[in-house]
Amino acid sequence: MHSAFADRASVRGDFPIFAAHPGLVYLDSGATSQKPQAVIDALAEHLRSHNANIHRGVYALAQEADAAYDGAREKVAAFVGAEPRTTIFTKNVTEAINLVAYAWGRANIGPGDAVLITQMEHHANLVPWQVLCRERSAELRYLEVDERGELSLPALERELARDDVKLVAFAHISNVLGTINPVAEMAARIRAAGAVSVIDGAQAVPQIPVDVAAIGADFYGWTGHKALGPTGIGVLHGNAELLERMEPFLTGGDMIASVDLQTVSWNELPYKFEAGTPPIAEAVGLGAAVDYLSGLGMERVRAHEQALTAYMLDALAGVPGMRVVGPPEAERRGGLVSFTIEGIHPHDIAELVNRAGVCIRAGHHCAQPLMRCLGVGATARASVGVYNERADVDALLAALQSGREVFGL
Amino acid sequence: MDDLYRDYILEHYKRPRNFGELDPHDLEALEHNPLCGDELGVHIRVKDERIEDLRFHGHGCAISQASASIASEELKGMALADVHELGADWMIELLGIPVSATRRKCALLNLKVVRGAVTGDHAWPA
Repeated sequence: MHSAFADRASVRGDFPIFAAHPGLVYLDSGATSQKPQAVIDALAEHLRSHNANIHRGVYALAQEADAAYDGAREKVAAFVGAEPRTTIFTKNVTEAINLVAYAWGRANIGPGDAVLITQMEHHANLVPWQVLCRERSAELRYLEVDERGELSLPALERELARDDVKLVAFAHISNVLGTINPVAEMAARIRAAGAVSVIDGAQAVPQIPVDVAAIGADFYGWTGHKALGPTGIGVLHGNAELLERMEPFLTGGDMIASVDLQTVSWNELPYKFEAGTPPIAEAVGLGAAVDYLSGLGMERVRAHEQALTAYMLDALAGVPGMRVVGPPEAERRGGLVSFTIEGIHPHDIAELVNRAGVCIRAGHHCAQPLMRCLGVGATARASVGVYNERADVDALLAALQSGREVFGL
Repeated sequence: MDDLYRDYILEHYKRPRNFGELDPHDLEALEHNPLCGDELGVHIRVKDERIEDLRFHGHGCAISQASASIASEELKGMALADVHELGADWMIELLGIPVSATRRKCALLNLKVVRGAVTGDHAWPA
């Protein structure tokens, strides 16, 4: 079977960017996805026909905006098996993780405590914990990544057995290695040890079926723009009990129940964590994005991207000097492949393939500690989305071959 | 012929001049390109207020390595006072290739390092 979407005329045709840029070979969905017409239309239609501020107006138009925003939250929550009440809209996954680090971390982590993260974390799930630990005189420890690019459950258990770990934060899918971590097993062990779990789902939600309730983590964050939605909107799903006990992250309008001159009481969930006018149109756009993904079916999205990744792994293996990082099997990784080619720096690889209209990313992918443990300064990364086809991988391969020729390899 | 990856750029990339360590040295600095994580350091030996000798070390793309190599040949023997005057245009002209906005920092990293070592100014060359 060539594509999991074989019954559809063209998934690619749903994305206007490919009409605007004929010949575009977009292999950077791990950085941000392209947007389907349905999302663009939903955003525009909201701004054109339903725009008002939310939770303030009694007039009919304001109620339309309320319904659009709350409706988007319901869709987004349902998409990943979460409750609307514990689904908080943020700016992005970075803000979602910072929310946990500030509102839960500062109140619950202190001297003698440890925060455990992994060597494969994106800076978004690393720097907030480093800052928290420095401020609270706590220890930040790292779970190692093995030579396959995977974490070890026994190593997690050994860390938890030290009895000082208060919080464990880890990626669902590594943005560099592509590794799909055993998040449900990890969350269960962390819970059993009495610690809190935080998952960065930025790469996972767009790529594989995610059921937040089944995973059972205390906090699960992701971002809209990688999941076919607009920029400026992220999501944090939280454990209701913890969220109730937490103080707010940001304070101001809309997150209060009442304000006196010297005192304030907080609004109920999820509004307690959404200070100020939120990204309303962006929420509506994200609602349309998850509708679109649901329409394709996340099982089929996964099948499509896994098949493409397997095809890409096979193709890249034939390039002389190629080193692919992360698990060798497509079924153990998400839809991205990071690699280096001996004799060409990743930056130059990205520049060279760009001449053939091929968009890939090069650099440290906001994961400098991981780069050091892989022993590389940078990698090139090709990542796929629902709109990619085998021809895109073929174009990458041809461009890599021409690039090697430019460098006399 | 390739506009960016000209023969002399690739030649300098593959066989960079003045790379390695220089001990003892009088001045040193280490800088990173935040865009890609590339790292470039320099050791400088000073005599009579001039750069007597220098060596770059680190890793980077063809543009950043070739820039450092090409610049090193010009910097050797240069008066420290003249290093203070070097700006981005000097490096881009010396390089002789069209450098896009995204690759500008690759080309300028070596000058940033040298200026940092000589003048203590760690800003990107303007």
